[in-house]
Parts: sequence; C-alpha cells; structure tokens
Amino acid sequence: MAQRRALRNNPYIKTLIFGSPAIILMLLFILGPIIMTILFSFTDIALTGAAAKEFEFVGFENFSRMFKDPSFKTSVINTIIFLVCSALIGQQVVGFLIAYLMKGKARPFRSLIGLLVLAGWITPEIVVAFVWFAFLSDDGTLNTILEFVGMEPVAWLLNFPMVSVVFVNIWHGAAFCMLMYQAALDDIPQEIEEAAKIDGANAWHRLWRITLPMIKGSAVTNMVLVTLQTLGVFTLIFALTGGGPGNKSTTLPLFMYDEAFVNYQLGYGTAISLVILLLGILLSLLYIRFLKTDD
Amino acid sequence: MKFKKRIKIALPYIILSLIGIMFFIPLLWMIFASFDKNATLSIEWPNDFTFDHWTQIFTDPDILRAFVIGVFLSLGSSIVIVIVSALAAYPLSRFHIKHKDSIILSILFLSGLPMTAIMVPVYQMFVFFNLNDSLWATLLFMSAAALPYGIWLMKNFIDSVPVSLEESAWIDGASMLVGLRKVVVPLMKPGIFTVLIFTFTGSWGNFFVPFILIQSVEKLPASVTIFQFFGQHGMVFYGQLAAFSFVYTIPVVILYFIGQKYMSQGFGLSGATKG
Repeated sequence: MAQRRALRNNPYIKTLIFGSPAIILMLLFILGPIIMTILFSFTDIALTGAAAKEFEFVGFENFSRMFKDPSFKTSVINTIIFLVCSALIGQQVVGFLIAYLMKGKARPFRSLIGLLVLAGWITPEIVVAFVWFAFLSDDGTLNTILEFVGMEPVAWLLNFPMVSVVFVNIWHGAAFCMLMYQAALDDIPQEIEEAAKIDGANAWHRLWRITLPMIKGSAVTNMVLVTLQTLGVFTLIFALTGGGPGNKSTTLPLFMYDEAFVNYQLGYGTAISLVILLLGILLSLLYIRFLKTDD
Repeated sequence: MKFKKRIKIALPYIILSLIGIMFFIPLLWMIFASFDKNATLSIEWPNDFTFDHWTQIFTDPDILRAFVIGVFLSLGSSIVIVIVSALAAYPLSRFHIKHKDSIILSILFLSGLPMTAIMVPVYQMFVFFNLNDSLWATLLFMSAAALPYGIWLMKNFIDSVPVSLEESAWIDGASMLVGLRKVVVPLMKPGIFTVLIFTFTGSWGNFFVPFILIQSVEKLPASVTIFQFFGQHGMVFYGQLAAFSFVYTIPVVILYFIGQKYMSQGFGLSGATKG
C-alpha cells in the first residue's frame, strides 16, 4: 500500500499520467506521420491502382527521379525566392519600418495604422487570396488605377506570379513582425538614445549604431520563426495562382500536393514532403538554438 | 530651412499613411462589392446598394451547414487543446524533474514543424484506418497539430500562478487534479481564453487539412466551401463571393477584439520566449 502511494506520488509517473492524452495525440498524429514520411518516401505507393495496396520499397528511386525532375528544381528555386523575399527580407523590413516610424507618434494615429496593418494579418489566408485576386486581376483595382493615370494595364498574376505571391505574403504577415519589433524597440532604454542625441549622432547613425545592434537578438530569432512558418504556406499560393501559370509559382508544398493528390504518386509526393520536413527540422533546430542564446 | 524641418516631421506620417492605405485598399473591395448589385473585380462605390448578396449567403442551406461544421471543428479542437494542454503543462510547470528543459525544448521544436509536410502520410493513415472523410478524426488531427504550441503557451500561463495557493489546497487533502481545477484554472482564465481564441482562429482559417482529409461535399467546413464557391461561381458572382468572404472573416475579427487584451499577454509570452 505504502509502495503504491509512493509510486503514485512519484513526479515522473504523475507527469506521465497527466501528459498521456497529449503524448498519445502527438505520437499518433505527428510522430507517426513523420516516421511514415521517411518510410514511404522509399516506396512506390500510389493513390489508386495496384500500387495502392501492394507497394514495394524502391530504394532511392524517388529521390533520383526528384533530382532529375525539372519541376522539382523550379519549385525549389521558387521556394527559396518565396522564403527569402517574403519572410526573411520583406516582412522583416516592412514590419520594422512600421514599428520604427510609429515610435513616439500620436496615440490615435498609431492605433489606426496598427489596426489597418493587423487587418491583413487577422484575415484568413483564403480570403487574403480572394481580395488580392480581385486587386491584381486583369479588371482589378490596380489596373483600374493604372489606366486612370494613363498607364497600360498589366496581367499581374500571369506575367509576375512570383512577385505577386511574395508581395501578398508580405502584406499578410507584416503585422506579426511589426508587433515583434514594437516590443523589441520598447525594450531599448531611452537614456541610451538620449545620450547619443546629445553627443550629436544623427537619426541615421542612431539607427545603425544603436537601435539595430540592440534588437539584433530578437530580429534573428524572429527571422527564423517567420521563415519556418512561411515554409508551410500552401493556401495563399494555391488559391491566388494555383502555382501557375504552368509551374511558375509552384513552391514545394504545392509541388507535393500536385504529385501526391493530382498525379496520384503518393510515394513520390512523400519524398517531396521529406524535403520540406528536413528543411523544417533544420530551421526549427536553429530556432530553439537562437531562443536559448537569446536568454 | 524651416520648410525642410517640416518635411522631416511630416515624412513618417506620410509614409505610414501610405502603408495604412496599402493595407486597407484590398479589403475595401470585399466590403464594397458585398453591397454592390453590379459588383466587379475593381473597387467601386456601391451605387446600386443591396443586401441581396448577404441574404443569399445567410439563406443558402449549404453555406450555413458549412459554417456550422466550421464551428464544430474549430470549437471542438480548441476545447480538446485547452484540456489536454493544461493537463500536460501542469506537471511541467510544477515539478522539478530531470530533463525538463529538454522536454520543453522538444515541444517547442515540434511546434515549429510545418504540418503541411506531413499531410500526405496523414492522408494515407486516414485511408488505412478508414478514417478519411471523418469529421471527428479531422478534429483530433487538428488538435494534435496545434497541441505543442498550446502546451508551450499553457505552461507559461501556469508558471505565472503562484504555487503556494495549491500547496495549501494539497495540505487540506485536495488531489493534484482538484488543485488544478479549483485553484489554477480560475486564476488563469485569461490564459485559457488566449489558447482558446488562438487555436479557434487557427482552425477556422485552416483550409489545407479539411481540403485533404474530407471528401464529401456535405461535410466540408466553410474554409473549403468558400474555395469551391470561388471555383464554381466566384468568377461571375463577385458580390456573393465578397459577402461570403466577409461573413467568414467576421468571427475572427470579433474574436480578435474580445481576446485583444489576453492576446497581447499571450503574444508577449510567445514573443519574449523565455523558456
């Protein structure tokens, strides 16, 4: 009896009991699929037909096919463009610019601009795609404005698909960076800036020598986090351009979807998933690494 | 000189105003077009003002059912997350166990992984266990996918509740579960609401997961129905598409305003990320 009570009061056992629903859910729906991703990417499993039930291990065939596939190359390049331009640079620069310019401005003005920027963030991804489809389409608002000022209309989604999806993703995500940088800027002690001002440093110098070095830690962490979140973006591109025209705006998640669910090549699709997953694991490890040093 | 100084003061206001306009114009289309009888893709002041698009959305039984399913998936998964993550986070917050930091870092690591990457095997798993097209299984998957972040948020909120209150409850003979329910939960209502609102919003806007896991048209939540509406009629009925988008966005906006004060707390916790 006493032994059983001791066992019940053991903190490890208690942690395990309390955590068991979470552990079961995560094992079943996250870790299980991750292991399946690794296994299935070495098979020829298909969505329909004979290979759906009786699939075989085919070694590295999916991967050698992948590296020869020009569509894979295109989607890797598009993914890199999408991540670097929208997450690593675009959202950071726009978010920082807004946060920096807002510093010390009148309250109502700050709240209004902040609210407008946040509206782009709160709006669900699929609606973001629709409103931007309307904005960028041939008869859309942007072309109406261009024609009004006497310029030629442009088929934005057809001729500049990557520029469009990068721009829209910056619009959708900038608010997150704005909030991060507002918090980081608020943490800088005012005395430091005051002292630099008295010493005669101009605004440009203060930005490069004081502000930016002081928020470097949170900026790097934020960059990794946002890149990580952007890696999984599917809906925005799928509903806005469908990855097209052709595969001009197909990123890895869209390529994975096309191969697995449109071409029914689950094995090949899973091999593409594995590439996304490995990128995600790498970035996620970087993220927690930076978090630890950020302390 | 005086002129130059004035420009210098005005410039940030001008840039910020332009940015603000840039952020609002695309959304303005949705608002105007939803009330415009002759809506086009371009922003126009609704000269032929009408509520027809709105009434059509609210009287279409298929769309109403999609909203109900959306609420079921989002509310269901956020309730599962709140309960399961509170249970898991509680001992992580209160006990001194070995490797606690590694466990917490692993949870954080999992919360960063892009769930998009595992959807192909999840689909296979659902087919294998005959779970595809099941709303309950989809609900559980959505809960599991957001669980790591939920546990992380919840742990931070429990950390902020002083342990001394429970200790006196324990001395009075209360069990840990009773301590959690009677002492901690009432004190961390803001935290629970944050997690609830955060995960509800995430599930409500989630298109990819139900798009892959649900096949029957009559089981699709609003996030997918709206996409199909766009594919089938969206190219012609701009006004209805705009009204549908508007109605679909409203719950998220309301939740944002309700949760704003809690959210900022939650955001600080996730943003400052002091583990």
